Amino acid sequence: MTLELRSIRKRLGSFELPQLDLTVEEDEYFVLLGPSGVGKTVLLEIIAGLLTPDSGQIRWRGQDITTIPPERRGFAIVYQDYALFPHMTVMQNIIYGLRSRGMGRTEAIAKARQTAELLNISPLLERMPQALSGGEQQRVALARALVVSSGLLLLDEPLSAVDLRLRQRLQREFKRIQQQTGTTFMHVTHDVDEAVLLGHRVGVMLGDRLRRVGSPADLFRKPDDPDVATFVGMRNIFPVNDYEKGFCRANGVRIHIGERAEPYPHIWIRPEEILLSREAFESSARNQFPCLVDDWEYQDVLVNVRVRIGDLTLNVLVTYGSFEKLEIERGTKLYATFKSSAVHCF
Amino acid sequence: MRKYRLSLFSITFLLLSSVVLAFIIAPLARLILAASNQELGQALHDAELWSSIWLTLRAAAAATLASTLFGVPLAYLLARTRFPGRAVVLGIVDLPIMIPHSAAGIALLTLIGRHSVIQRAAEPLGINFVGAEAGIALAMAFVSVPFLINAAREGFSAVPDRIEKVARTLGASRTRVFFTISLPMAWRGILSGMVLMWARGISEFGAVVIIAYHPMTTPVLVFQRFNDYGLASARAAAVILILVCAAGFSILRFIARPARTESL
Repeated sequence: MTLELRSIRKRLGSFELPQLDLTVEEDEYFVLLGPSGVGKTVLLEIIAGLLTPDSGQIRWRGQDITTIPPERRGFAIVYQDYALFPHMTVMQNIIYGLRSRGMGRTEAIAKARQTAELLNISPLLERMPQALSGGEQQRVALARALVVSSGLLLLDEPLSAVDLRLRQRLQREFKRIQQQTGTTFMHVTHDVDEAVLLGHRVGVMLGDRLRRVGSPADLFRKPDDPDVATFVGMRNIFPVNDYEKGFCRANGVRIHIGERAEPYPHIWIRPEEILLSREAFESSARNQFPCLVDDWEYQDVLVNVRVRIGDLTLNVLVTYGSFEKLEIERGTKLYATFKSSAVHCF
Repeated sequence: MRKYRLSLFSITFLLLSSVVLAFIIAPLARLILAASNQELGQALHDAELWSSIWLTLRAAAAATLASTLFGVPLAYLLARTRFPGRAVVLGIVDLPIMIPHSAAGIALLTLIGRHSVIQRAAEPLGINFVGAEAGIALAMAFVSVPFLINAAREGFSAVPDRIEKVARTLGASRTRVFFTISLPMAWRGILSGMVLMWARGISEFGAVVIIAYHPMTTPVLVFQRFNDYGLASARAAAVILILVCAAGFSILRFIARPARTESL
């Protein structure tokens, strides 16, 4: 393992980061996902050495580094606002860390040029930061951090200040650079899509606690925490009110789920595995309910249709084709059909 | 309707602003215009006046430079750290602005007077405070150092702390961060604080006159001439001092002007 946080705690005024344990592997792109105010930045600054934890231990490649000052840890941080040095050229920004570590000027410049090459900012080296666009500034900030990196880079919402198009481009670039350099990236964001796109593993912080760590696929296919599932935008999560053999009851609707190990306080019905139809039909699917259309919203390639089965509001993903064929309007009466395997219990 | 109200607003504010500007300009303009060419001609060849101006500028500059050495670290600490009693320290820094300057002079005199421990310790080194330039500089420093500290503190506060944090994580020690990041980014604030402090030192009368009537700084000289020979005699000295200061500050303000493309 590369980075290990053991029982880290930190109190800052009224804010408290309760006990936290986390391991980040070598060469991993780890994304810490959570809403603002949960202490993601505090955690990054603890790892960087800018803040000292009240208790707990930080280990890096097996060594205890808890009390080592930031300049000797070498975990460069990249902030959302870039924090470029405004009184220095791009080149001076990039070689700042190398020079601080005592590297000679010629050598530092040569190394900076290589990194600039990697990030496609070679033509900008003599410019001042004020003369750069947001995307260029972000690349310079990344270059400045990468050039001194001793294996771990800390990224604090690095893409939230740029517009969507540029963000998507920079996301791909971040991923490429992480792979090319083999540097461990610890990236903090509140953007679910970004986390899923970039992370080999994603840690979800909610209510000041690290609630879940796993691959993006696990996050979406195997929810184990209703708050996390809701935060990442999963729909159709319902508390279970009552169990029967092979069935459960959620919001008064009796749903067939087959044999499951009890207790499971929540169920998740996968929106893409529900079928909508004008007429009831015979099938192997054990769940079929008459329902009424509430409303809908267009997504990238699908339409999310909300239908009501009694008190249960179900989100169903349908293609544009089916949406038109079903002639959906508010109050349209349809049938919703799904197999018991479309229901995930947790 | 909206336009009418807006212009009423503008007119009212412009009128009120002009009154206060006129209040500042009028006495100065009147003073300069009232001084006759003959008076000014005499003053220009007045060796006593010129030596007092030179003394005043020099003592204020010495006070400013020495205070910068001690004041800038304090300003940095006040801008960057939160410690118990910070509010008290901020209050202490502002004290010299609040107390009457004659009282400040008396207080200083009790500390560095002829029979004080400090004066006795300084004597073997050939330093005298009372009735001497070192004492004048001290008096000037005491009453004007808050301007320097406060301006420098604001200069440091304007440097985003993330920039300093990034520099640390890149491998720079706190000392290196201070000299390569914080100080260069805050220097305009520090410089304008120095200008302000220098100006305040030059204009000091109350504290200086208690520590040293002689040698005479220009404000003391103006007072003495007014007392002994009347308005006309004091007028020319005052005009020369004002003109010298105005020229000096214009130059310094120009040097310390904000950069046109200030960002971050």
